[in-house]
Amino acid sequence: MTRWRLPVGAMLALLFLGFLVVLSVAARWIAPASPIQQNLDDMMLGPGPGHLLGTDDLGRDVLSRLIYGAPVSLYACSLAVGVATILGVPFGVLIGFVGGWADEVGSRLLDALLSFPAIVLAIGVTGALGIGTTNAMLAVGLVLAPVMARVVRAQTLVVRGSLFVEAAQGFGAGPLRVIVRHILPNAIQPVIVQITLALAMALLAEASLSFLGLGVQPPQPSWGNMLARAYGYMEIAPEQMYPPGLAILLTALSFNALGEWLRVVLDPTMRKRGKS
Amino acid sequence: MHAGRLLAMRLLQVVPIIVVATFVVFGLLHLTPGDPAMMLAGDNPTPQHVAEIRHLYGLDRPFLDQYGLWLWHAAHGDLSQSLLTRAPVSSLILQRLPNTLLIVALALVLGLGFGIPLGIAAAVRNGSAVDQALTSAASLGVALPSFWLAMILVTVFALDLNWFPASGAASLLGAPLDALRHAALPAIALAGSTVAEVARQLRSALIEVLGTQYIRTLRAKGLSPTRILWKHGLKNVAVTLLTVTGLMVNRLLGATVVIEAVFAIPGTGSLISYSAINKDFPVVQGVVFVLVIGVILTNLLVDLVAAALDPRVSRA
Repeated sequence: MTRWRLPVGAMLALLFLGFLVVLSVAARWIAPASPIQQNLDDMMLGPGPGHLLGTDDLGRDVLSRLIYGAPVSLYACSLAVGVATILGVPFGVLIGFVGGWADEVGSRLLDALLSFPAIVLAIGVTGALGIGTTNAMLAVGLVLAPVMARVVRAQTLVVRGSLFVEAAQGFGAGPLRVIVRHILPNAIQPVIVQITLALAMALLAEASLSFLGLGVQPPQPSWGNMLARAYGYMEIAPEQMYPPGLAILLTALSFNALGEWLRVVLDPTMRKRGKS
Repeated sequence: MHAGRLLAMRLLQVVPIIVVATFVVFGLLHLTPGDPAMMLAGDNPTPQHVAEIRHLYGLDRPFLDQYGLWLWHAAHGDLSQSLLTRAPVSSLILQRLPNTLLIVALALVLGLGFGIPLGIAAAVRNGSAVDQALTSAASLGVALPSFWLAMILVTVFALDLNWFPASGAASLLGAPLDALRHAALPAIALAGSTVAEVARQLRSALIEVLGTQYIRTLRAKGLSPTRILWKHGLKNVAVTLLTVTGLMVNRLLGATVVIEAVFAIPGTGSLISYSAINKDFPVVQGVVFVLVIGVILTNLLVDLVAAALDPRVSRA
């Protein structure tokens, strides 16, 4: 089928993300050095044969830290988006399916949660839970959940009104069966798109929180806290902010490109629009 | 619908949102593992101090009572006091808010000022090389971490070229030119993704409007493309633009937290991150409170202006 043909952007995105997964799994064999081993004789070296991307202010190999940052970032994004999905999807299906005042109350709750600037609420939650990767990403998950819930609710409303759901109910299917067998499978496509886009948001949020010192804690490397480190000696070694920054940019770009492509492929109305 | 009734209805719709949002802000304290009073009491507190805190914050009362008490105080401008400095949280926030609002407002102006023309340019040349280039640039802009852009701007324009100060802020009333010079780089860093987002949203809204039957009819009647665009096309996307602007205010108030860290700007953003790291929870809570109320009121304003601009909105 022609609609499954990969555009160049989506293909590059998939390749890059696949590359990151390989890096994450095989970091300890690929990375030339330890990401946390300090070597104070080799501080702040420029890029060269021994250290392809140079060393930081504690003599740690920047390339190795970049490579070991990949699994940290991917874990952090997956955790946040997992939390957002587990909280958001059931909530969205529930208020969309029950309708009436449950939908009214639930929707106001979502409106209220979406009124918070995402990073600000995430900092608030992290402040309460305590700083660190897991808490920060739980916070980001909580912040992303209403976005997910709203998408699922809208889709549930569409599916709930369709003839086949009415038919299933007419044949005596209970609400749980209708939700699991009919609503969820038909609402899953926008959820997949949203998950992909949320991964990009979670990545940027992780980088921001780690940059501020609330997320991934040193000595564990993450692209966000590497940028914070590079910020500290921006005047003497500005080149050190490019590798982690580019890593964040390319990864977020890949998630977005993948999401946009999935949106076109999975959404029937977009597909029609694309053809005409 | 009558303007007065519309206003009353929108105001009524905002009340539950404010209630829920403030409930969330208040509830943050209870997310903390263990006893909130212990956290508020700081490191190594005496038992008497903890008991005092518990009473002071009403933590010995039922949950809803606590919330009511807290909201009552907050509504009167009393957001408790900092654990670190003992200063009232509201005055800490008021001191810093102008610095944040300046860079956010400037970023919004830049974002709309560049985003709108770029969005229009892409939409009227839908599918052309210009459109594709702009669309790709916008995808890049949306994925760009604003604080990384900020670091690049500092290196190039502050440290190398010395055109702008690398950090700090100045009072807009006391030294307006100096304030703008300090705000320029942070605002540009913030505006990057705003330009991209505004251009993207405006482009797709405008393409949709320009493809409608009604515009086709105008075209068939021989109306010039410029006239169609300015008189009919843009009028129909005005509401989209307003909604996007509201959304951008929300985004910018979030993004500014990290930008303020990069430029060492004494704003609400650096206040909340500093306080979160130093476990000064009342300050964190106070900043979240003020910002979410600000966003809710901005959204209300956007709704009201949209209804005034487009009669279809008020009917919905």
